[in-house]
Amino acid sequence: MLIELKDINKTYEGAQPLHVLKGVNLGVEQGEFVSIMGASGSGKSTLLNIIGILDNYDSGEYRFDGSLIKGLSESKAAEYRNRKIGFIFQSFNLIAFKTAVENVELPLFYQGVPRRRRHELAMEYLEKLGLRDWSHHYPNELSGGQKQRVAIARALITHPQLILADEPTGALDSKTSAEVMALLREINRNEGMTMIIVTHDPKVNAQTDRSIHISDGMIV
Amino acid sequence: MRFDLDSYREIADSLTRNKSRSFLTGFGIFWGLFMLLFLIGGGKGVKSMLSANFEGFASNAAIMVSQNTSLPYKGMQEGRYWNLRLGDVERLRTLIPELDVVSPQLSRWGVNAVYGDLSSSCSMKGVRADYSKVEAPSLKYGRYINEVDVEQERKVCVIGKRIYEELFPDGGDPCGQYIAVGGVYFRIVGVDYNASNISINGNSSQSAVVPISVAQKLYNYGDVVELICVTAKSGVQMTSLEGRIRQVLARNHMFDPEDEPALLVLNTEQIFNLVDALFRGVNFLIWLIGLGTLLAGAIGVSNIMMVTVRERTTEIGIRRAIGATPREILSQIMMESVTLTLVAGSAGIVFSVAMLSLLGMITGRADSFQIDFSTAVLAALMLTLLGIAAGMAPASRAMNIKPVDAMRDE
Repeated sequence: MLIELKDINKTYEGAQPLHVLKGVNLGVEQGEFVSIMGASGSGKSTLLNIIGILDNYDSGEYRFDGSLIKGLSESKAAEYRNRKIGFIFQSFNLIAFKTAVENVELPLFYQGVPRRRRHELAMEYLEKLGLRDWSHHYPNELSGGQKQRVAIARALITHPQLILADEPTGALDSKTSAEVMALLREINRNEGMTMIIVTHDPKVNAQTDRSIHISDGMIV
Repeated sequence: MRFDLDSYREIADSLTRNKSRSFLTGFGIFWGLFMLLFLIGGGKGVKSMLSANFEGFASNAAIMVSQNTSLPYKGMQEGRYWNLRLGDVERLRTLIPELDVVSPQLSRWGVNAVYGDLSSSCSMKGVRADYSKVEAPSLKYGRYINEVDVEQERKVCVIGKRIYEELFPDGGDPCGQYIAVGGVYFRIVGVDYNASNISINGNSSQSAVVPISVAQKLYNYGDVVELICVTAKSGVQMTSLEGRIRQVLARNHMFDPEDEPALLVLNTEQIFNLVDALFRGVNFLIWLIGLGTLLAGAIGVSNIMMVTVRERTTEIGIRRAIGATPREILSQIMMESVTLTLVAGSAGIVFSVAMLSLLGMITGRADSFQIDFSTAVLAALMLTLLGIAAGMAPASRAMNIKPVDAMRDE
């Protein structure tokens, strides 16, 4: 079991405390291709943030690859994100003043990989995704599909065990959506990477092996 | 945090991405450092120019001149004139043992020094040998008046720089030559190149110094002297002796010891103290203005970095999400701040050194204006600290950006 959530609760404190996750239990095996479906406000983004160690939870137990993820220091959490988890976002989240290849290199920079090696690897991944000729272009010179492929290359370059995708096709047209989904499917199949996709698009949902529905902070 | 070429490129990139902003921010630091160093150098130069005027003059000396009394005393009316006399010299020396040198002086203005067909207007000063301890001569040739000259009333003289240049335009050692000063022939025994401007009874460059005994006889002074110069022994303040000097002279010459105008006492210690105090004040202002400007520059850097960090919230969040530790973010912002401060500040150091060189060239005193190397090193060190201080607040704000903040900003 790669991901194991037991009775996870999360409340956002504030003037009006918001109980977002109400005892979530979830398990994901190594190599699974899973989608999380839910309406906006259902808590699916919060769940993704907790799985991605971007956010803390209040009570319960979260085990990633057997080790308990609770009260980690910022730098320990950063290391997990850097080495074990790859992120793909709806809005791509590329750094605008860096070229495609520099964006892909960035996780390796924080791993301390030497400069030349970093560049080679990044070019290799861009080539795999058919973006070799675009490697020195800035994000604003790329189309939406291209940007998302750069983001995917950035997520893959560290060989993570888990890819988390938050609405990866949300900002793309249906044709590019299909291409990106096919790409993710292929990566899952060839590299055996576990993939969790948060979406509210039934077409995306239909392409995954298992779909988890979340509603009002509970798995249904 | 690893540092390779990309770390530096990243710093350079983020500073050059907004060129005019970085430039304007850096300009505050540049100008602050320039102001500080230029003012320090300028103050130093002006001080050395000013102190050149006092060169060679004893800093703990006083000059006494008799004047009309202003108070009636023991039945005598005010407005009476009295003279300092040779006897006063011995009396002061005996009664006030704290005095080191007590030296009388006579002078004759508007005489001519003539050598062959060349002449130079000058003033004749009659002195004793110990006058050299009050106003140190810087002898180019020969010697000063000595005690034997005074004892034996030798007709010898020490001439000032200007007289020497006018009478001996070809240069060379004039000692042993005879010149006529005020119609009387004197043998030259020395040439004094002292250039100080504080000299008593006329600038020393235009004075022919002769033994006081000779001057007394030549102009029928009797035992009257024009002025008496005294210096205090080391560790004794001239100011503390002034009252006793007045009393000694007042008793002897029958004027009221409280009668300040009757005896003019010019205390060089006071003048030196005044100049010192003036420059202490000027220095204080220099540091106040310089450091103030520099501090304003640093606050500017800090402010702009704050804005930059806010603008870069998304970027920093992305970096955190893909594995940058808070420390790495902190050091990146710090390095940017230090780099900006150091580059701008170094330019300020270079510019101020160049301007001070120019100033030195214009005034012809290259050394006195330039700041020391150690001052420049200190300034560079201070800059680094300033850069770190300026980066502190923005860096800690950047460090506290959570990866989820980036996504929330969408």
